[in-house]
Amino acid sequence: MSNDISQSLQQSVLEAADKGTALKIVGGNSKAFYGRETEGEILNIAGHSGILNYEPTELVVTARAGTTLAELEQTLADNNQMLPFEPPRFGETATVGGTVATNFSGPRRPYAGAVRDHVLGVKIINGKGEILHFGGEVMKNVAGYDLTRLMAGAMGSLGILLEVSFKVIPVPQKEITLYRNCSIDTAIQTMNDWAARPYPITASVFDGHNLYMRFGGSENAVEAARKKFGGDELNDSIDYWQRIKEHQHGFFDDDTPLWRLSVAPASKPFDLPGKTLLDWGGAQRWYKGEAAQEIIRRTAREAGGHAVMFRDGDRSQPFQPLEPVIMRLHKNLKQAMDPKNIFNPGRLYAKF
Amino acid sequence: MSAHSDHEHEFTTDRTTLVNALRKVLAADALLHQTEDLKPYECDGLSAYRQLPMVVAIPSTIEQVQAVMRICNELNVPVVARGAGTGLSGGALPHEQGVLLSLAKFKSILNIDTKNRSAVVQPGVRNLAISEAAAKHKLYYAPDPSSQIACSIGGNVAENSGGVHCLKYGLTVHNILKLKMVTIEGELITIGSEALDSAGYDLLALMTGSEGMLGVIVEVTVKLLPTPERAQVLLAAFDDVVKAGEAVGNIIAEGIIPAGLEMMDKLSIQAAEDFVHAGYPTDAEAILLCEVDGTNEEVSDHINAVREILERSGATEVRTAKDEAERANFWKGRKAAFPAVGRISPDYYCMDGTIPRKHLPEVLKGISDLSDEYGLKVANVFHAGDGNLHPLILYNANIEGELERTEEFGGKILELCVEYGGNITGEHGVGMEKINQMCVQFDSAELTQFHAVKHAFDHKGLLNPGKAVPTLHRCAEFGAMHVHHGELPFPELERF
Repeated sequence: MSNDISQSLQQSVLEAADKGTALKIVGGNSKAFYGRETEGEILNIAGHSGILNYEPTELVVTARAGTTLAELEQTLADNNQMLPFEPPRFGETATVGGTVATNFSGPRRPYAGAVRDHVLGVKIINGKGEILHFGGEVMKNVAGYDLTRLMAGAMGSLGILLEVSFKVIPVPQKEITLYRNCSIDTAIQTMNDWAARPYPITASVFDGHNLYMRFGGSENAVEAARKKFGGDELNDSIDYWQRIKEHQHGFFDDDTPLWRLSVAPASKPFDLPGKTLLDWGGAQRWYKGEAAQEIIRRTAREAGGHAVMFRDGDRSQPFQPLEPVIMRLHKNLKQAMDPKNIFNPGRLYAKF
Repeated sequence: MSAHSDHEHEFTTDRTTLVNALRKVLAADALLHQTEDLKPYECDGLSAYRQLPMVVAIPSTIEQVQAVMRICNELNVPVVARGAGTGLSGGALPHEQGVLLSLAKFKSILNIDTKNRSAVVQPGVRNLAISEAAAKHKLYYAPDPSSQIACSIGGNVAENSGGVHCLKYGLTVHNILKLKMVTIEGELITIGSEALDSAGYDLLALMTGSEGMLGVIVEVTVKLLPTPERAQVLLAAFDDVVKAGEAVGNIIAEGIIPAGLEMMDKLSIQAAEDFVHAGYPTDAEAILLCEVDGTNEEVSDHINAVREILERSGATEVRTAKDEAERANFWKGRKAAFPAVGRISPDYYCMDGTIPRKHLPEVLKGISDLSDEYGLKVANVFHAGDGNLHPLILYNANIEGELERTEEFGGKILELCVEYGGNITGEHGVGMEKINQMCVQFDSAELTQFHAVKHAFDHKGLLNPGKAVPTLHRCAEFGAMHVHHGELPFPELERF
């Protein structure tokens, strides 16, 4: 599907800016659970869709923001390529725009990079209703400030994404998953020891019982890793990582609050009541349990990172509070990109 | 000379007041203000642009950096940060009314965390020193700009430096975790974290490549990667640059991402061969150097595949480095390409445009035509994997007007890159050098947006004024100049 509604989107932004109307930007509405709850006139970008340029030998694809991830990933797969960050969709309607806005990245992230690492260029509408183009379709670009990457994870608060260019990579020739039973301490140590050696790891998870390591690369490289790592081979490797990525694994089954703790990968196991699933080689830890918000946040901070109330909990302040100077810079940046404060106000933090 | 700032008139610094204030926070030998002491700081790696600062401050603690920034903020004095001074775009060119803030004393590697595979370093630490320190743990820092023996990590962050291994391992922005930064108000803040992301906007990405316009970096936490088990390099010769370009596309189409993929044209090959005797085939129109790395098994698989692809793509000769010594030798010619060109010409001027690789033939043809038009020779060195072109224009600064013609020629090359969907700088930064070409790359609304972002961090405009983002006024003048010569290059582009 290819459709250009940029002019009508621009018109809506100009009107909203004129009247000071808050806009609630929606793509596939698959990530509505995430961030703070906000009010606003719904601006749907899903109709702005289509793959505009795809050059497999240049490793670049450009798509309109309303293009579904399903369509984009299928097109890449047809050419034996993929998005390096293995994005979760959380629904078949998930779009390119929502993926960039949330910076949601899957199991391959610690070894291949996040959404923000692979956005090469964007076309946006800023809060003044101007259509602006930053970055491009080349790997290296240091002309001007990196407003392209700034869009990743900004939850739509700095501009409406119209088009995004991504770096893509080849699908590994072969990929296998090996697993073995171990303790959480052993799992953390193993994940990090292996990441410190030049093996072709593409994912690693500890689910509380087993350590799962995925290896991908040339045939002989994967076979060599199999010999060195040992353990058993998982038969349904593709399904397994799909379940981890989309939160369909048994760990995520109940609807108690799900916390995401992003921490230094070799951090010790958390002293929190409840259960934890380790992804990203220990750098992303999913937590479900009774611990108070302050305790969870302190735990993440002490492990070098931050905590997010990801879903099914109190949405008044899901993200880690910012230091005062950092908060000031955030407000200033918001003012610079969206002076009338019309784009998803309050979705990220209450103050802007 | 185009090295003047748009903002100079805005600042009137009283030297005595400034020196007296800085004396209170810096030791006598950390504050230079006599002309002969200022001289070594008058330029960076782009020596065509020179300007003495009013003073040079060389703090040795973060507290002193904060104190200097508070003084400059209070007195309305411009601040230009400088690392090793190896930058190629004049980003560290001093401001005549300002303080040149040297981070040269911040030279310590503070911590290497082998478990989390990261290192905390001060901004003045040399790029290569990080990998040397990490080597005993079989870890290294991936970005490797050609100047890595000398350039500092603080400057690498400010410029988002690349290197010959970018296609596989990314740029500086992909390889850092956390920064400590001092704002123009003198506040010390932490950006990023020890985790793979952090709360709020991605200020780490915004700071990377911001050319000293948003804050002064005083500490960097970098990612360390495992040293590959093995690296192997192939050298392929071609009788046609177009065939060499197609070979690069063919390698990638087979699903192989080489660690390094470099192209050199005939003039570069000959200059390098004369200089370092790397054994390059001097009759070739182009050579490709293709390095694959990883585990033993992966390298064996890929080296065979790449050799086959190169032969199929019409290479007249393909050599595999038989040992580490030969591998080093193959690379030696490429790494010495710039100084090698420096031997065959009194001066050379290095450009840094980026293009979608498929347009390589047209862009090389365009450069060749411009070369004839200006009567100046060009040697091309190309990071072929990621489309980053380094044409080296050969000139003689002692010939009246030749530098000016060279600059104009260089500007035209960058405009050609933009015309073919590329950009004006892949890794060297805009600085002072490419400020006019920013007017070709971006329209007035985009430039205004950049200025608004700058204002969010530095509302008085004291950090590195006049660099990186041109004023609209400057662009209007630049545009007018082109109209005056009756040669508006790309009428289809928006202009103002």
